Parts: sequence; structure tokens; C-alpha cells
Amino acid sequence: MNIMRISLALSALLIASPVVAADNSITVWADATRQPAVEAFEAAHPEIKVNLVVDDGSSGASGTFQTKIALADQAGSGWPDVVFSTQNNDASWVSQETNGVQAFAQVLSDGFLDKGFLEGYTPGAEDPVTVDGKVYGLRNDLAPVLFWYNKDLLTKFGYDVPKTWEDYQALGDKLAKDHPGYFLGSIGDSFEGPYVYYWSGEAPVFQIKGDTFSSTIDDPNTKKVSDLIDHMLKNGTLTQDSVFGASFVAKADHLVAIPGPAWYAGALFQNPASVNAKPGQWAAAPPLYWSNGDKVTGNVGGGVWYASSHTQNPDAVKTFLQFIVTNDKTAGTGGLPAYKAAADKWLDNQAKSGFFAGDFKGAISAAAASVWNGWGYPNFSPETAWAKVITPGLAAGKTMADLSADWQTEMKNEAQVVGYTVN
Amino acid sequence: MERAQRQVGLAFISLYTVFLVLFGLLPSAYAIYLAFTKRNAFVGVANFVKVFKDYRFLPAVEHVGLYLVVWLVSLIILVVVLAIIVHAIGVKWLSTGVRFLYYIPGALAGASSVMLWLFVLDPTVSPVSFLLHGLGFNSFVETVQADHLPVTLAIIAFWTGAGGWIIVMYGALNNISRDVIEAARVDGAGPIRTAWFIQIPLLRKWIAYMVVLSFAGGTQLFVEPRVLSQASRGVVSQDYSLNQLAFLYAFKQSDFNGSAAISLVLLVVALVLSVIFVFRGGLFERA
Repeated sequence: MNIMRISLALSALLIASPVVAADNSITVWADATRQPAVEAFEAAHPEIKVNLVVDDGSSGASGTFQTKIALADQAGSGWPDVVFSTQNNDASWVSQETNGVQAFAQVLSDGFLDKGFLEGYTPGAEDPVTVDGKVYGLRNDLAPVLFWYNKDLLTKFGYDVPKTWEDYQALGDKLAKDHPGYFLGSIGDSFEGPYVYYWSGEAPVFQIKGDTFSSTIDDPNTKKVSDLIDHMLKNGTLTQDSVFGASFVAKADHLVAIPGPAWYAGALFQNPASVNAKPGQWAAAPPLYWSNGDKVTGNVGGGVWYASSHTQNPDAVKTFLQFIVTNDKTAGTGGLPAYKAAADKWLDNQAKSGFFAGDFKGAISAAAASVWNGWGYPNFSPETAWAKVITPGLAAGKTMADLSADWQTEMKNEAQVVGYTVN
Repeated sequence: MERAQRQVGLAFISLYTVFLVLFGLLPSAYAIYLAFTKRNAFVGVANFVKVFKDYRFLPAVEHVGLYLVVWLVSLIILVVVLAIIVHAIGVKWLSTGVRFLYYIPGALAGASSVMLWLFVLDPTVSPVSFLLHGLGFNSFVETVQADHLPVTLAIIAFWTGAGGWIIVMYGALNNISRDVIEAARVDGAGPIRTAWFIQIPLLRKWIAYMVVLSFAGGTQLFVEPRVLSQASRGVVSQDYSLNQLAFLYAFKQSDFNGSAAISLVLLVVALVLSVIFVFRGGLFERA
């Protein structure tokens, strides 16, 4: 058995190359997008040596973070000091002891970081990383869903900016009739359906209460969202092309509006390889809501920094974490910073640049403060079930009405496998 | 003389044996231990029962089974037929050239050849997009729909692996004595009858060898669906094959015991079928 332990430890070594902590150095796992921020930290704090291991940041629910920690746990060594994850449901497992090994994440709220520092977060921002009242991670950026629209096209066609989901659907009908080929959004990735439409539409399809998972497909709000998607797919105002795909980019000049997260700003509109908007052409509006519902919205990701409970160098870790989420150069790493003071500065700078028309700061602030809290953060993602059941189903010409029961079954099965009671 | 030969023999297999023990036998023993325990306590077959009851297990068995049937049948037929045809080509440069062509795809390692196929299978960028459009596939999501994945994966596996086997079969055909072929020709056998009654029966051992190795490799289907899964952002599910399921058990659910149970099931199935093929194929009979 010893040889097995050694060989496992060796493989973990190959992956993680842990640093002996006698010196003032820390090992950080993060994705390539975060690399400039880590380098900015190294420049500002030359006394701390950072050993950066670049991975995929677990994007698309790939599970890289959990996979590598499971391996280190099994080997009994090889943990990093700090980890960045693009997913915001990791707290469910990093806060738990696994197979007799202590929970990976360091509790940040019980004195590890100052209470005053943690209170500097935008209200609600730390909810996804708070388990039983304890904070396990620091949010990097916020990704609330808001409503983006092409001001030039709306003005040219003479339409008003929709305020509710009903307005949005009606705009789709008018557009399909008068300007066929123009469209209002995409459902081609696995995140738009669950987060942009169901979460924003207050649909209780992904809920956690204690250890119980529930998904209600016949709730009136769920049905309304499903009908909306089916309706707009049918009249062609919703596309099944991925927003990151070549065919979406090819017809991006026909995109009239799109509900989506704050990070669409950089990922789509200011991206020369995507929509590549002209300054003043696109604008952000507050999120859509149901005319008889609450003014709430959804959320698509927003990364998290975790500290390891195994670290030998807690002081360096504290310095790193506080720097990375608050410093002007690094906070938010291109998106809306989750730390309030940094967010205000970022929004002011965006407003000053004037790239987005209208009240950009107002729209984003409204969205950030109204993320619906009826969505759960369990140890699995609704995206895997969506990609497995809905994406191929819609491509084969089926509707949400046909598919939502199968989607629900798949999510419930997944919940059961990872240990939730299913309601 | 005898002794010197034996020493050289031992020297030749020693390195292999060390690696076999370190990376084959010891991990297998560890897997057997894990599969029957939970937190180091003996639990009988509980891990197996849990895995068999998992909603993803049967679909994964079905996926791998379908893939194996499609792939192995096409592999045997096409490899044998192509090898015999190449062997019958009299023009030397043509024969060498064709063999070289067959071999090239095999030189690409597993994951990189799948990367290449990602482009082939995506109608928006594929060099054979007319073919995909002709089959009614207008997006990558449509190309990788679950119901035709066994065929798609078999084509990928055939493209990467078959070339090497054609070369092996070609070598085996060279071993058949010219006298036997000559005698058959004198008796009036054409190329097809020669192939059917002389060449294929004499290739039996080699075919069995190919099936044993391919079967063992095929049950471990992992890289292709894993890469397709990442590329299709999950449309090819993360739990498509048994090995992917074992991976999810170990690293998503932190259940190394369940993962070991799945691996052990695969090992037993592959062992049993290999034994059948080894004995039916006469693999260890001295010629």
C-alpha cells in the first residue's frame, strides 16, 4: 500500500508541484485570464514569491478544481495555497470534509480575514460562497444578468426598449414580422437557458433547501419561461448558435438586443472578434422582469478565490487575496468587481469612457443589487443536464414543452448521485 | 549457450516486468482492494451494487457495447480486406505508398487525432462540410447527437488505429508460404477463393490478436468522448462511457471505491473475452 501512496503522491507532485513553505512563497492555481492579475501582485509584492499553475479555471463545469483537489486529498499532499474558480457552486464541496480529509477551503470569516474587510463586499456578493453562515471564498467579479440593446437599430426600427419579459416577447413578434432575420438573443450555450432565462424569470427549477434539491417544472413562472423560449425560437428571434461561435459572429450585425450577464461587455461588445460594437452603439438597460413579478434577475458565474486550509503560509495568502480583489489593476479581472469600492471605481471609469450609451452604471448597479436568491448552489451545475438534454433536443426540432420534464429528471438524478435528497 | 540465451531473455523482459508490476499489477491490486472496501473497512459487494444502480451505468454500458460492435466488426472486415488487397498489388512503389498512407493517422496520438476530428465534424469549418450538410447536419450539435455517436466514434477509432493493423496483417500475409498460394492457384483458385480458403484461415491468430487488443482498448473508451464532451460543451455527456463514469466517480464524487468497482467490472469483462479469443483463436499454439 505504501508504494501506491508514493506513486499517487508522485502523480500529484507532477500536477501541482507544491512549494515547501519555509520560504515566503505560495502556489496559486488560476486560469489564463487571471494571469495578468497575479503578475500585477508579484510586481507589487516582490517579497512574496508566487508559483502560478495555469489551468482552465474549471470553466463550463469541467471540474478541474475538484479533480485536482481529490487527487491531492487521496495522496495526502500537493495542495495549492490559493485557487481561482470560474464556477460559483464550489463552496458546496470545498466546505466539506471528504473521505476523512479536512475541508479544502479555509474559513475566511472566523478571524482569518478582518470582519471590516469582508463587509466591504457588495451586499449579496458573498452569498454563493457562504455555507452555514461561514464565508469560504472571495468573489472576484459579479455577473448579474441585464438587458443589452443596440440603440442604433432600435431607434431605426422605431421600437421602445422593453422593460418586461412580456415586452421582450412582443418585440420579438414585431421584429419577426417587420424585419425578419434580426434577432433578440441566443440559447446556444448551456448557460443562457438556465441562468439568463429561468433564473432571471424567477423559475424555481434549481433550488436547494438544506440537503434537499427541488426542481419545479410546472410552476407558473417556469412555464412562462419555457413558453417564451419556445415562442421566440419558433419565430426565429432566438438563435441556437453559441454566442462564442463563428455563425453567431457572422450575423452579429442583426442582433438587436440580448439579455445577458455583465461580462458580455468585454466578451461580446468590446471584443473585436465578436460583436465588435462601435462606441455609443450599444447600451445596457436594467434587467427584464415579469410584469406581475418581482424586479429580480439571474447571474452567470463570477469567479471566486479560495484559500487552502492546508496552507503553511497564511500571511502571504491573506496579503494575496486582499490585494487581488481590491486593487484597481486586478479587481474584477476585466468584469464588474465584486468588492464595492473597486466596483464603484470600475463603473466610473466605464462611464467616463462613454463606450456604452445610456446609463451604464445605473443599469449594472440595479442588476447587481437584484439577483434572485431562489437559485441554489449545489455540488453540480444545471449546465451539464441542459447540454445533455436540451441543447441536442432543441437542435433536433423539439420544444421546451417536450423537453423540460427530461431536463428535470436529469437534474434530479444528478442531485441524487452527489448525495442530495430529491424532492 | 542455453544459459546465455536465457539471461538475454530475462534482460529483455526485465524492464517491461518492472513497469508491469509498478503500473499494471500494483494499481490493479489497489483497485481490487478499493472496490471491496469503504473507508478501509470491508463492505462486500456494496460498491458494485451502488454502481449498478446508478442511473448512468446502463446507458454507459449500452454506449460502449454499441461502439464495440460497430467498431470491431468494421475493423475485422475492413482491415483483412484492405490488407489482402494491398498484398495483391504487384506494383512495388504503389504498395509501399499505400501502406505508408495507411500508417500516417496512427502516428497521431489519441487526443490530437480527436482534435483534428473536431474540425472535420463541425459543419461550419469542416473540409467535408458538403458531406455533413448532405447528411442533414448543419451544426456541430447535430453531428454529435447521441444516437449516431457509436458510428462516429468507430470511424474516428478506425481512422486512427486501423492503419497499423493493416501493416501487421500485411506482414502476416507475407509469412504465408508462396508454395501454398501457388498450389491453390494451380488447383484453380482465384483471388477471392484463395483469400477465403487459404489466407484468412491462416490469419486466424493475427485476427484474434487484433480483436483481443482492440477489445481491451475499446472497452476503455475515454479520450474521444471526453474531448468531444469538452468541445461540444457537454452535448456529448461527461458520462457517456464507462471509463468516463469511473472518472466522475473518483474525481467528481470523491468515491474512489465506486470508481474502482467500475474499473474492476471492465477488467473482468475484458479478461473473460480475451481468454475466449486467445483459446478460440489459437493464439498460444505453436505453429
